[in-house]
Amino acid sequence: MTANHSPLHPMTYSTRGADPATAPALLAPLDQVGAGLPGSGLSWLTDLRAVGRERFAAVGLPTIKNESWRYTNLRDLAKTSFQPAAPAAAAIDLLPTVRAEGQDGPRLVFVDGRFRGDLSSVEGLPPGVELLSIAAALTSHTDLLADHIGRLAAADDRPLVALNSAYLADGPVLHVPAGVQVERPIELVFVSVGSEVQATSCHPRSLLIAEAGSKAVVVEHHVGRGTGTTLANHVTEVFVGEGATLHHYKSQRDGGGAIHLSHIAATVATGGCYDNFILTTGAKLSRNEVVSRLDGTDARTHVSGGYLVRGTQHADTTTLIVHAQPNGTSREVYKGVIDDTARAVFQGKITVCPGAQKTDGYQLNRALLLSDGAEIDSKPELEIHADDVKCSHGCTAGELDDDALFYLRARGIDRDTAQGLLIGAFLSESLGEIAEESIRDAFQGIVAGWLEEQK
Amino acid sequence: MIEIKNLHATVDGKEILKGVDLTIRPGEVHAIMGPNGAGKSTMSYVLAGRDGYEVTEGSVTYYGKDLLAMEPEERAAEGVFLAFQYPVEIPGVGNTTFLKTAINAIRKHRGEKELDAMQFLKLIREKTKALGMSDEMLKRAVNVGFSGGEKKRNETLQMAVLEPKFAILDETDSGLDIDALKIVAEGVNALRSPERSMLVITHYQRLLDYIVPDHVHVLAAGRIVKSGGKELALELEKNGYRDFGASEAA
Repeated sequence: MTANHSPLHPMTYSTRGADPATAPALLAPLDQVGAGLPGSGLSWLTDLRAVGRERFAAVGLPTIKNESWRYTNLRDLAKTSFQPAAPAAAAIDLLPTVRAEGQDGPRLVFVDGRFRGDLSSVEGLPPGVELLSIAAALTSHTDLLADHIGRLAAADDRPLVALNSAYLADGPVLHVPAGVQVERPIELVFVSVGSEVQATSCHPRSLLIAEAGSKAVVVEHHVGRGTGTTLANHVTEVFVGEGATLHHYKSQRDGGGAIHLSHIAATVATGGCYDNFILTTGAKLSRNEVVSRLDGTDARTHVSGGYLVRGTQHADTTTLIVHAQPNGTSREVYKGVIDDTARAVFQGKITVCPGAQKTDGYQLNRALLLSDGAEIDSKPELEIHADDVKCSHGCTAGELDDDALFYLRARGIDRDTAQGLLIGAFLSESLGEIAEESIRDAFQGIVAGWLEEQK
Repeated sequence: MIEIKNLHATVDGKEILKGVDLTIRPGEVHAIMGPNGAGKSTMSYVLAGRDGYEVTEGSVTYYGKDLLAMEPEERAAEGVFLAFQYPVEIPGVGNTTFLKTAINAIRKHRGEKELDAMQFLKLIREKTKALGMSDEMLKRAVNVGFSGGEKKRNETLQMAVLEPKFAILDETDSGLDIDALKIVAEGVNALRSPERSMLVITHYQRLLDYIVPDHVHVLAAGRIVKSGGKELALELEKNGYRDFGASEAA
């Protein structure tokens, strides 16, 4: 078989401002696991890994000299020596879910990047829908993988994608055939266990494919079960076909020792819809990159989220919406709550390509700073090469409204509860972007839990 | 009983209250009148415990307790209620959620059982009906999009639900037309009781035609300069605040 591995879209990020000296330490574990990676007989895959490795070795981690990484410093990551995460057979209890108690549904579980069949279930999926691990698909669905992996997330100009490709071995694959509607949300659970004595790393790759006219809802959970330092460097490629709808929700509540890096690259065909919502409450350092390209006309994408950080957490949200065709609609609503000396970064770019007329783009990022030491760095960017478009963006940072706080307290509501009510109200605008009520409720519950921890 | 003694308070380093003395017994309704800038609103905020209003001298004893040592929410739980001159709009917080959270916070403080959803709804229906409020106002966010009259009715509703021992009504008549004023005043009058004291703060005598006080005090330049019965209000209406060192137009 032949597969096209040239990326669909040349990326615009430069590798200037990366440090090759940081590469060997992050590539070292590969010498231990490299030979044992699955699919070694597939030349496209070994090529993809080799290119990734070569590329990362040449450039290393991005530094703050790189414009896209100006506010997020990976210095500590560069100083840490990582081991590949050992296959964790540990019992994992209390897996997170958006389902009501007693309800089951399709779910894939990955522990430190490796598939755990014993915790997963694919029962109840409509006929034709495929939900499996990459490790398994490398034997059973090689064409599907060959046709999609590496098409959207190119190693060329994103060092972390290159690093992910070098290690490519496992992660979830969802394939929804044309016209099929999956009613129940599909849950993807990523558990970081790590090690008490050694920093560990994993590089999961996810593939979500919704063929023409299909519909599915995917909910990702990222949780931590250990105290050690863990690095998870995720890459997700999302294909939304003509008239298809994919709702993709993610809750990241990794542990305090976690470094969570994620790059999601989506392409949306004519009349398709890709909605992404990320709720960040965990990890000491996180970066969520979402690139959503409207490659067909009349396509739609909503890319929204909430970030809630405290202590010394650092959460970076970097989005790129590309309107490549006319009549596209994009909408971004982000809300952030930052306490103590935590820091958040929002970089949102909307690009309207030549000819993408009648584009309607909207972007909003609002941050609430709860302490004097809290920090938000916001960088909205519009790049418009068409003349008949409607694009707007807004960025604000503020504190809790003193008048409102006093009003609530003057009615007997204690300060913590009053703050919680106001923070919840502040976040409701972004949570309102979640279309499914049950998922919205579940995410609201996560927010409530976060507020509760503060007390 | 509320005893205010030699109360001095500053805002941004500027002394606004310069020695206020006032005693309010259970069941009494006192009115404080005065020109703009006399310190009327400062007094209401100091009593309710707002940040930024610093008491530099004097005391407020509230049923034997040191009121000034309490956080705003403790004062509310102990029965102090401030009806705001400008009720705050709080987008995203539903009026019902707000009222339920408030009443249950206060009930908890009093050692009473919290109301469940059904009990709360029953109570709130009863109170809104008495005030001629629509269910729709309960569904909206707190004061968001409310007219001036609706905001003041919402304040009165909160007062009716929270059943304070000491209600401070700060310029309740501002922004109200005569019909709205009558409705709000009726709501307030319905809450008059031998156990409940009220402090009605107003620039104009008009409100006192509807909420008739037992005592009237004139606050000027941070001090109570004259006290009397309800007839003092009529006198002020006739002569203005000129006698108290303020221009009438202020």
